[in-house]
Amino acid sequence: MQLYLPIAELSVNAVALLGLGGIVGVLSGMFGVGGGFIITPLLFFLGIPPAVAVATGANLVVASSVSGVLAQLKRKAVDFRMGGVLLAGGLIGSAAGIWVFSLLTKLGQVDLFVQLSYVVFLGLIGAMMLKESLGALRRARTPGAPIRRAHVHYWVHKLPLKMKFRASGLYISVIPPMLVGASVGFLAAIMGVGGGFIMVPAMIYLLGMPTKVVIGTSLFQIIFVTAFTTVMHAVTSQTVDIVLALLLILGGVVGAQIGARIGVRLRAEQLRILLALMVLAVCLRIALDLLLTPDELYSLAPGVLP
Amino acid sequence: MILRAGLFLALTALPLHAETIVAGLSQNIVSITSDFTGSEILVYGAVKRDRPSPGDAPLEVVITVQGPSTPVVVRKKERRFGIWMNTESARISSAPSFYAIASSAPLTEAMSETENLRHEVTIPRAIRAVGIAASVTDAPRFLDALMRLRTAEERYSLQEDTVDLIEETLFRTDIRLPANLTAGNYRVRFFITREGQIIDAHEQVIYVEKAGLERWLYNLAHQQPLIYGLLALFLAVAAGWGASAAFSLLRR
Repeated sequence: MQLYLPIAELSVNAVALLGLGGIVGVLSGMFGVGGGFIITPLLFFLGIPPAVAVATGANLVVASSVSGVLAQLKRKAVDFRMGGVLLAGGLIGSAAGIWVFSLLTKLGQVDLFVQLSYVVFLGLIGAMMLKESLGALRRARTPGAPIRRAHVHYWVHKLPLKMKFRASGLYISVIPPMLVGASVGFLAAIMGVGGGFIMVPAMIYLLGMPTKVVIGTSLFQIIFVTAFTTVMHAVTSQTVDIVLALLLILGGVVGAQIGARIGVRLRAEQLRILLALMVLAVCLRIALDLLLTPDELYSLAPGVLP
Repeated sequence: MILRAGLFLALTALPLHAETIVAGLSQNIVSITSDFTGSEILVYGAVKRDRPSPGDAPLEVVITVQGPSTPVVVRKKERRFGIWMNTESARISSAPSFYAIASSAPLTEAMSETENLRHEVTIPRAIRAVGIAASVTDAPRFLDALMRLRTAEERYSLQEDTVDLIEETLFRTDIRLPANLTAGNYRVRFFITREGQIIDAHEQVIYVEKAGLERWLYNLAHQQPLIYGLLALFLAVAAGWGASAAFSLLRR
C-alpha cells in the first residue's frame, strides 16, 4: 500500500514502514536504546531526504521511549534525579548540535560527518561492550574467580558538587553526568538518534550506575532530549513528517512492549553481548559505504539563492 | 471593386499564421492526496487551418511540460584519506523540478537549434547555470550529473516519437507525472513546426497542489511550525502511552 508523505514529498510503502517501526520498537524495549541509530540510516536507504529522516527519527524515538519508560517504571527502574541531571546537560548539547547540523548542511559535509560519527562511536562502544560482557560471562562461569567491584573509585569521584542518587546507590559529583548528558545530546541532534547506545555504556562504565536502573533512566532522559530536538527541527527547518512518524510509531510502540518482555527474560550479560554485536554490525555497514567506491559520485541538494 | 481588392489583401496578409494550435489537457488540476502514486495526463489538440496545408515539408509537434524551478547544488565525491567525501560542488541557479519533452519526430528533425535556443525547449536549455564554470573546473560533467540523476528519478524525460499525429491535424500524447511531484504551476507548451521552424506556439498550465490532509499538514508545518511540532510530540507521547496501557490491559 503506497502512501504519499506530505513533508518528504514522496510516496512510500506503508507496510514496510510499519515493519521497520516494529523492529526498532523491539530493540528499544529490549536494550533501552531509542533505535534511532538503526532507523535513521534505513530511512536514508528508503530515499527519504536526510534532513527529514533525522527530524522524523527524533519524533519516533519520543514515542518508543515513552512506551519503554512506562514498562520500566513498573519495575521501579528509573532514577529520576540522575535523569534530571543528565537531561539538563542533554538540552544544552542538543541545542549546540542542531546549530552545527545546519552549518554542516550548508557546507555539504553533513552526510560524511554523520557517517564518521556513526563509525567511530558505534565501533568504540561496540568493541568495549563486547569485551566487557564476554569477560563478565566468563567470570560467571568459573566459580571462585575474584568478584569485580560494582564501581571503581577514580578521579571522577573526586570532583566537587556531590549529590546523592539513591535509586542508583551513588554519591558522586553532578559534573560527570552533566558532561555525559551534554555530549550525548550533541551527538543525538547531529546523528538523528536518541543517543541511548552511547548513554547506556557511559552510565555503566563512566558513572558506575547499576545495570538495572540504566535502561529506565536513559529512556526517561531520551524522551525529553528527543522531544526538544523534534520541536527544534520542526521550527527551524520544517522537516518533521507527521505521516511518516505515525507509521513508524504505530509499529514502534507495539514493538517496544514486546521488546521489554523479551528483555526481562534474558540475562544482563547476554543482553549486552547482543547489543554489542548489533552495534558493531551497523558500524561495519556504514564503514563499507565510506570505503567502497560509490556507484554514483554526484549528488543533488536543494540550493539557496546567493 | 475597391472593397473586393481590400478583402483580397486582408486575406493574403493573414496567412502568416495560417496554422494555429487548439489544445487541451485531460486535467488541469492534479491533487496530491495521501494515496497519490503519480498521474498520467493526456495532452491533445488539433491544428486549425483556414486554408489547405502547404504540404511540402511535414508538420511536427513538440510538447513540453515544465515544473517549478529551484536552485540546486550538485556535489561530487572524491576519495580523500581513503574515504569517499564530497569535495567539489556546483551551484545551479535554477533547474526545473520536472521536465518532459514529447515530440512527433526525433527532436533534432522537429526543431532547429536556433528555435530551441530561442524558446529554451530541450532540458539543457531549460537549466540556468550562469557562472557555473567559475565555481568548478569541469562544469559540463556537473550538468550531466544533474540531468542523469533527475532522469533516474523520472523527473526529466525526453520522449521522441511519442506524439501521435494524425493527418497533420490531430495530435495526442501521454505525460506521466511521477509520485515525487513538487507542488506548483506546471507549464505545458505546444509547438508546431515545419522544416524545424516554429509556425505556432501555445501555452497552458497544470496546477499541481496538495489536497486534503496532506495540504492541511503541509500548510500547518510551514505556517505554524511550533504548533505542528507540538502536535507531532503529542501524537508520539499519546501513542507511546496508549500502547503501554493497552498491553498492561492485555496481560491482566
